[in-house]
Amino acid sequence: MLREFRLPDLGEGLTESEILNWHVSVGDTVELNQVIADVETAKAVVELPSPYAGIVARLHEQAGTVVEVGSPIVSFEVATPAGADADGSGTGGESAPAKREPNLVGYGAVPDAVGRPARRRRGAAAAADPVPVPVTAAAPAAVTGAVAVAAAAPAVSAAPAPVRERPRSTPPVRKLARDMGVDLTGVQGSGPGGLVVRADIVRAALPAADTASATAAPAAAGPQGCAGREERTPVSGMRKHTAAAMVASAFTAPHATVFLTVDITPTMELLKRLKQQPAFDGLKLSPLTLAAKAVCLALRRYPSLNSRWDEAAREIVRYNYVNLGIAAATPRGLMVPNIKDAQALSLHGLAAAVTALAQTARDGKTPQADLAGGTISISNVGVFGVDAGTPILNPGEAGILALGAVRRQPWEYEGEIALRSVMTLSLSFDHRLVDGEQGAGFLSDVGAVLADPLLALAMA
Amino acid sequence: MRIPVSLHIPVRHPENSGSSPIDPYVQLVTPDGVRVPDPLYDRWVEDIDGARLQELYIDMAVIRRIDTEATALQRQGELGLWPPLLGQEAAQIGSVRSLRSSDFVFPSYRENGVAYCRGVAVGELMRTWRGNAGAGWDPYTVNVAPTQVIIGAQALHAAGYAMGITRDGTDDAVISYFGDGATSQGDVSEAMVFAASFNSPVVFFCSNNQWAISEPVTLQAQVPIANRAPGFGIPSIRVDGNDVLAVMAATREALDRARSGNGPTFIEAVTYRMGPHTTADDPTRYRDSAELERWRVKDPLSRLQALLDAMGLFTEEFAAESSRRADAVAAELREACLGMPDPGPADVFAHVYSEPNSWLDRQQEQYSRYLSGFAGEENR
Repeated sequence: MLREFRLPDLGEGLTESEILNWHVSVGDTVELNQVIADVETAKAVVELPSPYAGIVARLHEQAGTVVEVGSPIVSFEVATPAGADADGSGTGGESAPAKREPNLVGYGAVPDAVGRPARRRRGAAAAADPVPVPVTAAAPAAVTGAVAVAAAAPAVSAAPAPVRERPRSTPPVRKLARDMGVDLTGVQGSGPGGLVVRADIVRAALPAADTASATAAPAAAGPQGCAGREERTPVSGMRKHTAAAMVASAFTAPHATVFLTVDITPTMELLKRLKQQPAFDGLKLSPLTLAAKAVCLALRRYPSLNSRWDEAAREIVRYNYVNLGIAAATPRGLMVPNIKDAQALSLHGLAAAVTALAQTARDGKTPQADLAGGTISISNVGVFGVDAGTPILNPGEAGILALGAVRRQPWEYEGEIALRSVMTLSLSFDHRLVDGEQGAGFLSDVGAVLADPLLALAMA
Repeated sequence: MRIPVSLHIPVRHPENSGSSPIDPYVQLVTPDGVRVPDPLYDRWVEDIDGARLQELYIDMAVIRRIDTEATALQRQGELGLWPPLLGQEAAQIGSVRSLRSSDFVFPSYRENGVAYCRGVAVGELMRTWRGNAGAGWDPYTVNVAPTQVIIGAQALHAAGYAMGITRDGTDDAVISYFGDGATSQGDVSEAMVFAASFNSPVVFFCSNNQWAISEPVTLQAQVPIANRAPGFGIPSIRVDGNDVLAVMAATREALDRARSGNGPTFIEAVTYRMGPHTTADDPTRYRDSAELERWRVKDPLSRLQALLDAMGLFTEEFAAESSRRADAVAAELREACLGMPDPGPADVFAHVYSEPNSWLDRQQEQYSRYLSGFAGEENR
C-alpha cells in the first residue's frame, strides 16, 4: 500500500520549507520516527521523522528544493493493515486524481496553487549541477516541466561568481530577499557584525528595479535582481473563483448571442424627470434601472429565459420569481450579486436595490447570500465605453443582458435624421433552454420598453 | 507570622547570578547519582524507598517518551505545535507526585508530564496541540486547569483558587507552574501580592529552564529568581530541578506549609530546557552547544539511573520494563492522536460559558444559518 507524505507546516503558519538533505534513498527500509530528512523552515532547521514504517518508494523532491507546505515529498510502501483498505487518506499514488482531502492540523489550508515549487540554488555544489533536462510528457502526471526549466535558467545564465558564505541575516530578511529576488551572497550587511538588515536588501534590489539609476547599481543586485519582463501571480481568490465560474458556464451551456440597437432617448428623458422626484433622491438612476424593469416585464412573455438546466435530474427548472443579478466591478474583481424577487419591485424599489447592491459590492461587503440563487443577470459594460459584447452566462442561468454605452448619434426619427441617444443591447442565452425565437423576442421586448417606457404600462 | 525565608541573598551577584552553578540550592542526589544527606530536607523524603524511586524513574521515562512521540507527531503534521519538556522531567515528576488528588494544578503549556500524571488521558493531552479543542480535558475530573498559553496568567488563577480554598476551609493546596520568563510578567507579581496578602495555600513553582525562548535568564534575573519572593513576603527555596528527590522534598515542605495555614511558598527549580522552546523554535541559533553538553551530564534520568544502579535496582528487567511502559504509552498516544475525530464547526461555542447565554446562543444560531448557506456548494 503506497503512502504519500506531504510536507507539513513545521513551524506556526509557514507556507514553505527547504529540504536540506535526505537521510534515506529509494528502496531503504525505514522505521517509524526514523529521521529521514533535514528541513529548513523560516524559523528552524528540523529533523523530519518518518511517519510510517516501510520502504521508501519515491522521493518527490530533491535536496535543495524549496517545497510548498502540503506538497508530497516522499512516498512509502507500507504493509497494509488488516481491513484498512477503505482508508482514503494518503493513498494518492501518481495517478490518483486531485481529490480534496481532510486537512491535517499542521498543514494550514489545503494549498490550491498548482504552481510547482521553485528551485533555489545554493552553494558551489548546487551551482555545479548540470541543468536539469526539461521534464518530458512522460514524466509523472503531477510534474510540469516548464516551471522547473524556467527557474533553473537564471542559475545557468548567471556568471558563476565565486561562491561565498551566505552573510548572516534573520529569517524575515531572507524572506524579503527571496521575495525581491536579491541574492544574499552578494549583499554587504550594514547591521551589527555584518548582519544583513532589511535596508540592505531594499538597497540591493532598488537599482535593479529602477532602470533609470541602473548605472549606479552595485553588482550586488545580481542577475536575478531584475524584476523581469513577465510577472507571475498565483491564481487565487476572486480571480480563481471567476475563472472557474466562466469555464463552467462557457463549456456546459451552449451560448448564443443576439444584438439590438435601440433609440433610448425617451428613457433618458424619463430618467431626467424621475430625478426631479423627491422619492428618488439619493438613488442612482440610469438606463440600467429601467433595463432591470424591462427584463422583469419581458420575462413574463419569455419565461424560458428565467430557467435552469438541471443536468442531474434531467429537468428544466422554471422560476416563478426573478432574482436579478447585476454584474459589478469591485476592487476585488467581478461579482454578480442579485436582487431577490425583482419581479415584485416597483421602479423605485429596483432603483433602491441596484443602488444598495452596487455600494455593498464596491465596499467588498457583499454577503454570500446575495451572490447565490440568481436566475438572470444584467451586465452594464457600457460604463466602460463599449457598445456590445458576448457576455458569458452566470453559471446556472439561462440569460444575461449586456447594456452598451449610450451614444448621441444620428438616427432616424419621425422620418428624419436626428441626434438621438442610442444603445446596443447584447443578450446571451443558453441555447439548450432558449430557442432563437424566444431569445430574439425577449430582447426586442426589452428594447421596446427602453425605446418607449410607456409600454411598460401596457406590459405590466 | 511568616516562616523566615530559607534563602535571602539581597546582594546582587557579580555575574551570571541567575543560572550560576555556584548559587546554592537544595540537592539530594548529585549528577553522578550519589545521595547526599541534607539536615533540613532529608525528612521530607524519608519514605521514598527503592521501589518508590523506581516508580519515579518510570514516570520520568514515560513522560520523556511522550515528549519524543509528540515532537515526532508535530514533524509529521499531526500536531500543530508541541512544547518539549526534555530535561525538565524531574521538576515535573518530583512536584506532581507530591500532590494529592484534591489539590488543584494550574499549569503552563509545558507541564504535559504533570497533566499526564494527574490522570489526563494521552488523547486528551493531544487535543489542544492538534488544534481540535481549546482545552483537552475536563479540569474538574483531574483537578488540573486547561493548558495556559498566556505567560504567567495561571499564577493569578492559582492565587484566586487558593483564596477560595481558605474560604471553603479545607486543607487542600494549589500549585501553579510557570517558567523563568514568566516571572517578568506583571501577572506573576500580582499573584504573589495577593497570595501573600491573603496568606493563601498556593505553591508558586518556577521551572527555571534557563531560557525564555531565546532570552537567557541572566538577562531577566540579576539575582536568583527565588530571591524575589521574599520581597513579597513569601518564603522561597531554590532547588536542583533535575534532582527528582530534591524537588519532591521542596514541594512537600511547601505543600505542608500551605495545608497548615502558613501561606504561600515560591520554589525555583533550577533545570534546563534541553530542546527547543517549541517545535517552531531552533535553539541552535541562539544557544551555545557547549552549554547543552554541560547540562547533559546533569540529566535527571541518568542521575536517578545511577542511583538505582548503585542500589542494585536498575536491573535489565527493570530497564526493559521501563522501556516497555514508555513505548506502550507512546503507541497509545500516537493512535489516539491519529484517530481523533475532527471537531464540528459548532464546537467553538461549547465551554465558552458554564451557563446558558442568550447572546452566545444567538451567535451560534446565526453561524449555523451562515454555514447552511454553503449547502449547495460541493466538496466544502
